[in-house]
Amino acid sequence: MTLLSISGVHTFYGRIEALRGVDLEIRPGEIVTLIGANGAGKSTLLMTVCGHPRAAKGSIRFDGGDITRLPTHAIIRRGIAHAPEGRRIFPRMTVLENLQMGATTGAPQQFDDDLARVFVIFPILQQRKDQRGGTLSGGEQQMLAIGRALMARPRLLLLDEPSLGLAPLVVKQIFSVIREINERQSMTVFLVEQNAYHALKLAHRGYVMVNGRITLHGTGAELLANSDVRAAYLEGGQ
Amino acid sequence: MEYFLQQLINGVTLGAIYGLIAIGYTMVYGIIGMINFAHGEIFMIGAFISFIAFLLLGALGITFVPLALLLVLLLAMVFTSVYGWTVERLAYRPLRGSFRLAPLISAIGMSIFLQNYVQVLQGARVKPLQPVVTGGFQMFKGDGFAVSFSYLQIVIILVTVVLMASFSLLIGRTALGRAQRACEQDRVMTALLGIDVDRTISTTFVMGAALAAVAGLMFMLYYGVIDFYIGFLAGIKAFTAAVLGGIGSLPGAMLGGLLIGLIETFWSAYFSIEYKDVAAYSILVLVLIFRPTGLLGKPEIEKV
Repeated sequence: MTLLSISGVHTFYGRIEALRGVDLEIRPGEIVTLIGANGAGKSTLLMTVCGHPRAAKGSIRFDGGDITRLPTHAIIRRGIAHAPEGRRIFPRMTVLENLQMGATTGAPQQFDDDLARVFVIFPILQQRKDQRGGTLSGGEQQMLAIGRALMARPRLLLLDEPSLGLAPLVVKQIFSVIREINERQSMTVFLVEQNAYHALKLAHRGYVMVNGRITLHGTGAELLANSDVRAAYLEGGQ
Repeated sequence: MEYFLQQLINGVTLGAIYGLIAIGYTMVYGIIGMINFAHGEIFMIGAFISFIAFLLLGALGITFVPLALLLVLLLAMVFTSVYGWTVERLAYRPLRGSFRLAPLISAIGMSIFLQNYVQVLQGARVKPLQPVVTGGFQMFKGDGFAVSFSYLQIVIILVTVVLMASFSLLIGRTALGRAQRACEQDRVMTALLGIDVDRTISTTFVMGAALAAVAGLMFMLYYGVIDFYIGFLAGIKAFTAAVLGGIGSLPGAMLGGLLIGLIETFWSAYFSIEYKDVAAYSILVLVLIFRPTGLLGKPEIEKV
């Protein structure tokens, strides 16, 4: 039983091959992390799952259905939410409007409950709800991006480097939020991270990507203990 | 004083028509960052559809003026919207993702095509329409001069105010408006939230065309004659209004339209009618020198 299965996926940016045959599986209820150096193709993989850019070869199945050729909005409506690289909140919309945008695919009668839930997880967003997104600090924008993704009640949550550029305390908070929503709401999470140590400690399983290919995979603990992983991604870490 | 008041009324009426067209420019620019140069032609087509609708209703024997006006308004909005939608579908959507100037060139092509299309179908001569809405108020009589506020002017100003208010609410408060503003700010992210971006853009063209149709109807009622070429000058004026107010800003388009209408009217009244366009464009140049983003346009300062 898999929720997301990616097999033999190749993706191009113009003539540059960013993904060179990626195979990856995510089962329901898991936190799976993908680690790798800058430019390895991690963000591209998440965006390819969302159909932007589209996979040139291979197939992506979500919940049993083929989504490889669907337009982005149709893929999202099947139950995937993405908090992409660079946060991409709407700077000229209020925090509340950003969250409303996140609820586009959700049922309207659930909106109030979902909003209350996001405000419990990130109380600062409630204080800032009438402020424009562009005026928030980096950490607050990251919270808004995650909150916006949660508003859709996705079955699969894609998170692209939620810890990027944030203070250690905020990073800790965001990782504990990810664990919490995974445990309490059994939401499946696919997490791309530079912060390999934290990500592998959090995740049930992990994949390592080098130059557009998956080179290693295993449980979080296995990868943490792996000498190659330690040398490449954890040196100088904790 | 009476003379001034009269010009004010005339200027506001003209400004209302410009403002309605300007909204179409500004909305499309806001959402896809492109000047829809065929928008003036959409306005012209709206005027022609209104004209045909009036003749049709006359032939059917519907002569009760408020009913006829309402029907013509609806017919014009619906059919003109179809044109707006088609133009986007044929000339702009296939070029999305192409280089920036491509849709601009195809917009100019569309504009020339639509002018010729109407010229061929309807002939090059002006089409006169007998006055539909007649009468009005006479105020401040005396000294051989009276300020007249015609019922038509009242209708034009009222309809414009109602439409602008409802469009502002639509954009500011509804899910559709939110989706449009989202497309404006980040199209990829909007799609990542499950919104059909192409459909949202189509809707924007349809909304702009519907407003242009209303402007076309009013223009025809106000001036009594139309031809295939009216879209050019009115389009340029409305585009100027949109830039003056700050392109991309809805209140800006309304303010810009009002200003252009007033400047033109007052210049013609107090100085010379030949130079009214020069006056309007001079103000535009001055505003752009000191406020490059227009009166209500916001400079792009964002924290990333």
